Amino acid sequence: MRRKPPAPLLLIGAVVAVVVCLPLIYLLIRAFGSGWSPVIDTLARPRTWQAFGLTALLAATVAATTVVIGVPIAWLLTRARLRARRTWTVLVVLPLAVPSFVAAFAWLSFVPGFSGFGAAWLVLAASTLPYVILPTAAALRGLDPAHEEVARTLGIPPVRAFLRATLPQVAAAVGGGALLVALYVLSDFGAVSILRVDTLSRVVYDSYRASFDRTSAATLALLLAVLAMLVVAAEQRARGRSQRWRLATSAPRQPPPVETGRGPALASHLLLVLVVGIGLAVPVIATWGQMRTGTSARLDVGELSSAVLTTAWYGLIGMVAAVVLAIPVGLLAARYPIPSVRLIERLSFVGHALPGVVVGLGVVFIGIRLFPGLYQTVAILGFAYAVLFVPKAIAAIRGSLATVPPVLEDVARTCGLSAWAAFRSVTVRLVAPGVGAGAVMVLLTVMKELPATLMLRPTGEHTLATRLWTLTEISAYAAAAPYALALVVVGAIPAVILAVPLARGQTSGDSIGPTARAELEESSP
Amino acid sequence: MKTVPRLVALTAVSALVVTLAACSSNQSAETGEKLVVYSGRSESLVKSLFDQFTAQTGIQVEARFGDSAELAAQIAEEGSATPAQVFFSQDAGALGALNKSDLLAPLPDSVSSLVPANYRTPNWVGTSARVRTLVYDPAKFPKPPKTVFDLTAPKYSGQVALAPKNASFQSFVTAMRLTEGDTKTREWLKGLVANQAQVFDNNLKIVQAVDAGTAGIGLVNHYYWFIHAKEKGGASNIKVAQEFMEPGDPGTLVNLAGAGLTRANGANATAIRFVEFLLSPPSQQYFAERTFEYPVVSGIAGPEGAPALSSLKSPPVKLDDLSDLPATQEMLRQVGLI
Repeated sequence: MRRKPPAPLLLIGAVVAVVVCLPLIYLLIRAFGSGWSPVIDTLARPRTWQAFGLTALLAATVAATTVVIGVPIAWLLTRARLRARRTWTVLVVLPLAVPSFVAAFAWLSFVPGFSGFGAAWLVLAASTLPYVILPTAAALRGLDPAHEEVARTLGIPPVRAFLRATLPQVAAAVGGGALLVALYVLSDFGAVSILRVDTLSRVVYDSYRASFDRTSAATLALLLAVLAMLVVAAEQRARGRSQRWRLATSAPRQPPPVETGRGPALASHLLLVLVVGIGLAVPVIATWGQMRTGTSARLDVGELSSAVLTTAWYGLIGMVAAVVLAIPVGLLAARYPIPSVRLIERLSFVGHALPGVVVGLGVVFIGIRLFPGLYQTVAILGFAYAVLFVPKAIAAIRGSLATVPPVLEDVARTCGLSAWAAFRSVTVRLVAPGVGAGAVMVLLTVMKELPATLMLRPTGEHTLATRLWTLTEISAYAAAAPYALALVVVGAIPAVILAVPLARGQTSGDSIGPTARAELEESSP
Repeated sequence: MKTVPRLVALTAVSALVVTLAACSSNQSAETGEKLVVYSGRSESLVKSLFDQFTAQTGIQVEARFGDSAELAAQIAEEGSATPAQVFFSQDAGALGALNKSDLLAPLPDSVSSLVPANYRTPNWVGTSARVRTLVYDPAKFPKPPKTVFDLTAPKYSGQVALAPKNASFQSFVTAMRLTEGDTKTREWLKGLVANQAQVFDNNLKIVQAVDAGTAGIGLVNHYYWFIHAKEKGGASNIKVAQEFMEPGDPGTLVNLAGAGLTRANGANATAIRFVEFLLSPPSQQYFAERTFEYPVVSGIAGPEGAPALSSLKSPPVKLDDLSDLPATQEMLRQVGLI
């Protein structure tokens, strides 16, 4: 059943899409402002297409790796009998707290000569793995095990039963995670520049830094935007019209944990050790080591703590801005997947694939013209964060809404509730944890953001990332290390918040489902 | 029904956040004079210099620190609305780019005449100088070459470290093209590639790599060796050594950090006073001691342990010609270095 979206909602969604696409408009102005010929020149360079191919390849391999590694890990954390399961859950999510430039730099100091495509693949895959693990594990937990059990009773072997009965049901969650991974790789500049891989975002930076060529940079960024649209469209197509809801007739339940033999158990632990080692242990230990090597290590505790506060404050602003803008788009995307909504959704995702410097300059261009009074205040900075990270919130909102059958609202309405009352007392309650997780994900990402923060922060303010940049810029690595570690520690707080419900074995279905039903009973006249 | 209040609370909080955000930053207006400087030179290096300016003049400096090229792009995007009055750049290229887009105002003669003619242009002045040098591992190469043209020799195979994307490397190649010709420069670059030169992102990584032994010899700016030595607790703690090329060799190019006034906002006494301050003897001394650069104003000693700037002969090229990088980049692309 496909419904038509209410007109006001569609209108708000369209406005949001236009607003978060403003940097794209800036890019069009900048690229085509002096005619077609500079654009054609840039597009005619073989290097442009080499970078395009390399970027697509890196995004695809990293995304594929996170799926191939992330899905089994999510399964281990939710379905297998695993020792110290809670600890492992937190540990595999913690690499989220390590900015990819910190990880890349740490790896380089740990393994001299560490560079190239393989190096970038390793670092990016390790730091983005949680984007797949988190939604997949949550989906596995919330799943009705009946399908797989039925498959097993039909004599299908366990692995095939999982692949055929369970995997399709969590595919949307896996795909959503892989999408965020791919977009992250497209936008990443820190890791690829340190590890010397010529992706499009690095070529964009070079256009600014070496040639002062904004036209060429804008053309290349548009190319990146096209790539992003292709990725989003591919994911939309893969998601298709899948609507998998569990129409609960009994209390949700968890299947008994799967016992693995000694061999598989050993292999599982090896995998977990490897993932945590690459994504977390090496970066943290190498950064710690940096602190002890140089003489520049003097730490101003006042500066550090004020940077921590500013980081948290900006993180909250970015989080609120992104979530507010994401709600209408997420709602449309989950409930009314008509072509115009798909377009709104696609456009809203573009900012996430653009390097921060491009979005930063776009917001500079637009901000100073439209809102000169707010320029270089946190209001405009918050807007830049929203453009960059709204897709994370949209993905979370869409994902959690997809698990709530609209029919529940219909039932509530037959009990006499108004449409709005039914929505808020049923759907809002059910999706709240998922949306909250998306918000925390945005918070975490904003705290690590650098280029847009440098351009748009109020003069004189410092986040941990800007302090870190200032110090590494003059090569005071020992002095920079405490800021890198502080960034990881501060980022660990939201990362743990994300991991804890999984570690405890809760899901939205577990904790909210019965309550919502009770709620329905209460509300019935 | 607990969700509704929560939702209302969230909306209220977000409204509050936006309002507070808008207010808090507008309340910083001070009564005193202030100056907005966009500084591509690092906060850790020049902040205390700015503080000295404020102490001397009572003028508050609102400094926005960032990457020189990104700040130049930001000033260009801000256009006539830019808050920036002074652009203080890490390199000549970013200043040259802004000047070419007609975004810089002319400096009065009283200021620019403080600097020798070869270190200034009508719309911006050099504030300190840096020299291209070789860093090398004395254990591997006890007698380092005296000209960069030797680096294509077989004995340096796989040992030479470059940062071809770095603006200072590209200025150096531009100087070579201008003084030695495109053919010779291209052959030299091809020779480096054939000699399996290692490519790095920046100068400091080259010094670190030579110190760590993963490269034998590197092309850098002189102060990176000093910075590395300081970070490691002194010259005696590091293996890497530094050598200046023979006079007139392209490998001894002198490049500049500098400052200019924005056309939109900088043609006023306050901004001019700031540039003048950067050229005052104490500031010039500051550059020599704190950033290991060469003062541009005559009569001030250079960094300790480095040869005098006057003893180093830069190849005969004009500063304005150096900022013209596209042909150099095309050549670097053709030989496969960038």
